[in-house]
Amino acid sequence: MIRAIRACKTAAEERGVVRKECAAIRAAISENDPDYRHRNLAKLMFIHMLGYPTHFGQMECLKLIASAGFPEKRIGYLGLMLLLDERQEVLMLVTNSLKQDLNHSNQYIVGLAICALGNICSAEMARDLAPEVERLFQTRDPNIKKKAALCSIRIIRKVPDLSENFMSPAASLLKEKHHGVLIAGVQLCTELCKASAEALDYLRKNCTEVLVRILKDVSNSPYAPEYDIAGITDPFLHIRVLRLMRTLGQGDADSSDFMNDILAQVATKTESNKNAGNAILYECVETIMGIEATSGLRVLAINILGRFLSNRDNNIRYVALNILMKAIAVDAQAVQRHRATILECVKDSDASIRKRALELVFLLVNDTNVKPITKDLIEYLEVSDQEFKGDLTVKICLIVEKFSHEKLWYIDQMLKVLIEAGNFVKDEIWHALVVVISNAPDLHGYTVRSLYKALQNSCEQESLVRVAVWCIGEYGELLINNVGVLDVEEPITVTESDAVDVVEISLKRHSSDITTRAMSLIALLKLSSRFPPCSERIREIIIQQKGSLVLELQQRSLEFNAIIQKHQNIKSSLVERMPVLEESAYHNKKAASAPGNLSEGKTRQATAAASLKLPNGVAKTPAAPLVDLLDLNSDDIPQPSSSGGDFLHDLLGIGLAPSPSSAGGGAMSSSGVDALLDLLSIGETPVQNDLLASNIVSTSQDKLPSISPLERLSSVSSPVSLQSTGAAPVVDLLGSLSTNSSAPADGSSVYPSIVAYQSDSLKIMFSFSKQPGNPQTTVIQATYTNMSSNVYTDFLFQAAVPKFVQLKLDPGSSNILPSSGNGSITQRMVITNTQHGQRALAMRLRISYKVDNQDKMEQGQVNNFPAGL
Amino acid sequence: MGIRFVLLVNKQGQTRLAQYYEYLTLHERRALEGEIVRKCLARNEHHCSFIEHRNYKVVYRRYASLFFLVGVDNDENELAILEFIHLLVETMDRHFGNVCELDIMFHLEKAHFMLEEMVMNGCIVETSKSNILAPIQLMDKAS
Repeated sequence: MIRAIRACKTAAEERGVVRKECAAIRAAISENDPDYRHRNLAKLMFIHMLGYPTHFGQMECLKLIASAGFPEKRIGYLGLMLLLDERQEVLMLVTNSLKQDLNHSNQYIVGLAICALGNICSAEMARDLAPEVERLFQTRDPNIKKKAALCSIRIIRKVPDLSENFMSPAASLLKEKHHGVLIAGVQLCTELCKASAEALDYLRKNCTEVLVRILKDVSNSPYAPEYDIAGITDPFLHIRVLRLMRTLGQGDADSSDFMNDILAQVATKTESNKNAGNAILYECVETIMGIEATSGLRVLAINILGRFLSNRDNNIRYVALNILMKAIAVDAQAVQRHRATILECVKDSDASIRKRALELVFLLVNDTNVKPITKDLIEYLEVSDQEFKGDLTVKICLIVEKFSHEKLWYIDQMLKVLIEAGNFVKDEIWHALVVVISNAPDLHGYTVRSLYKALQNSCEQESLVRVAVWCIGEYGELLINNVGVLDVEEPITVTESDAVDVVEISLKRHSSDITTRAMSLIALLKLSSRFPPCSERIREIIIQQKGSLVLELQQRSLEFNAIIQKHQNIKSSLVERMPVLEESAYHNKKAASAPGNLSEGKTRQATAAASLKLPNGVAKTPAAPLVDLLDLNSDDIPQPSSSGGDFLHDLLGIGLAPSPSSAGGGAMSSSGVDALLDLLSIGETPVQNDLLASNIVSTSQDKLPSISPLERLSSVSSPVSLQSTGAAPVVDLLGSLSTNSSAPADGSSVYPSIVAYQSDSLKIMFSFSKQPGNPQTTVIQATYTNMSSNVYTDFLFQAAVPKFVQLKLDPGSSNILPSSGNGSITQRMVITNTQHGQRALAMRLRISYKVDNQDKMEQGQVNNFPAGL
Repeated sequence: MGIRFVLLVNKQGQTRLAQYYEYLTLHERRALEGEIVRKCLARNEHHCSFIEHRNYKVVYRRYASLFFLVGVDNDENELAILEFIHLLVETMDRHFGNVCELDIMFHLEKAHFMLEEMVMNGCIVETSKSNILAPIQLMDKAS
């Protein structure tokens, strides 16, 4: 059969042969032919290896195991181990045969059974058969003993409470002479140490000396042909013993003291010109790093590593890098000494080595060496190969961000990275860059000029193009007028049309994606106000996009065109520079979005009906809020021109899309923003107003991140005061802007606050507010107060509501609740009662928190909601 | 647990022997083998013998047309595993006499027996060649 399969040239042929064979085997099984049984099973194993299903052969295995002859049993057990796994029920049937075989008089059969047990046993089997295994420790045959030891490893892993029984037999194994038994015994001890602290103590007391003696014996033993590998006696045993020593010596000065001498001996005497020797040295160094070794020994270990690192063999270098990562925690200074070599390894041709080295370099960076290292890495970025650039870029960005003391340096380095590998830069990284740029007013001119220069040389890097376009839009006039020239830069002359050219190119480039194009459009609009002579040309460029198939671009193009044409008077104030993006606010949001996502997951489980959206896509494009403003102002155009009704419909379509049911991720924030503006610009048509208001409410939650910029912009656009609490201000805006519409000012009726839940230690207050024009939706501000004298940490509030209610839970203001009512957590949730007026709200609560690291949970139900919610 | 799996794969990427010490479904196995083999085949002899794959390391060594791949935990001693592969090959050599791909294919069960004597539940049990081969020779004699 194997020959037939080998002869197959295509996968289809192979499948055919396998199918035929499987049919033949099935037939043989049903005929119950004992002679061919083991041959069939051997075939099945081959088929299984090729990756075909072989479950029908499992019963055959059991039959073979139950048969008397050794060869049959042998194959049966092998099949058992290969074809079955511990999750299958068939396995329960084997337990009995195993038990019999464990008590068999023939040592080989016992060996087979115990071997199988060690490979596949499940927790139940472990409990059932542990006494048998324990008994086998008493036999004299070393083969059985070693297998029993390994089998108990598995048993302990499955059922840790059995480890007590194995403690003293394990220790006695170490007194054996047979290497197989020793190595198994040492591994069993290591496993025991992991399983229970008690065993660790016991073995520490009883075995340290023995171990030292074993190691001494093996390392000093004369030539032993049986175990000799490259002139070293049994390196495997060496390594296992060293490993157990590491476990025993960790954090224990006395036993470490014991080991010092022998470790020094192994470290100095072992030959390092063969792989086996190096393996021992490697393990030895790791042990020295792991235990409380003397300083002299540590120096020895670091020196060995230095030797490894300069070795020509790649394997050894890899291992050295690996261990240096661990050593850095122990002795950072010593590792720093090898910095130059490690940096060389980053440039190695071998991907595994590069990856290790890069990780190590990342750990090595500190305030003093950050500049040379970054310089080096960026230089290497130019020549590194494509697959590696991604990793490298991420690490460089992290380094630069972490250690940026001067903004000029930060911007410079980031620009270099963008130029070299802009395509690999993640969104949040260039967002952060834009925030930094906008926060460094004295560098605006320098940055925009550098970006302009960079863009002329390479426009293949998406992120570079985006940052450049944004900067040119914002600081275009600085580019032309050479404002704020730094000493280091060369003056350049750029005309206004040059600047427009660059943006135009990036708009029309085929490889640009929507975000880049949309950003280009905004930049153009801004430039049209900065450079009045070019205004007409810019309008033409913009209008070319009106046929764009992408709705986003089409819309922008039409609206911007309208602004340029009809609203010259307000244009300049419209496209004023972006207000400085607050660095701290940006970082907070970034930090908040991470735990926010976590709590999202948790809350999902509890409130299956409720969908929760979080400000995931923090500031999708910094320019987006600006668009809001534009649209808000374009309100005085009767309708967004051209295609009229249909177009409006489209916009409505987007507006409806982010309804609470669609679980939105990052995209939500952007589309939410757009939808909002559309709605606002349509605010004229009073008929739709009520309907739209509901959308506003649903979208405005997604819009939290953009609300703060909006707020700042409000000073430019309208005297309305905005609070960043959520939906209400947006509605206000709408009301005040849509002058000739019937403002939806039915005023939110006031509801009394309630105590939603109170236990002897925890009080939860709900206060309610309604969205005007949308009676179904209620915003609840929950306030949690802790009356006990202990601080609650990891505070998590979960709520479940009936099916007809939709619940959105925003992240809480904190997850730590101070004691004795000295503070509180607030959390906002939005409830939409789809059967408003017919059924009353109800809510089930679950509050979990930790007191002194102990998990606590409280549950309750809220039935006292004010009527009419 | 130490060793997670032992794989023998030829240059065409066909599996010749597979032994897993943790449970994977058939589908996962095939996917895993495919991914690892592709990674290994792409490397040349100047590269080091370790690759990181998902959450473990693969130590590999090439003998003529056959790749020996061993998947291990991250804290395992890679050099020792490399030595273990060599020991496995030497053991097979001693039994088959200059082992080749065909020997392993046609005596799959024997190759498994050997591996079984050497590794149990992901731990190395026996490192002496004659101890490993004793039961197998005994069985050969009996049959």
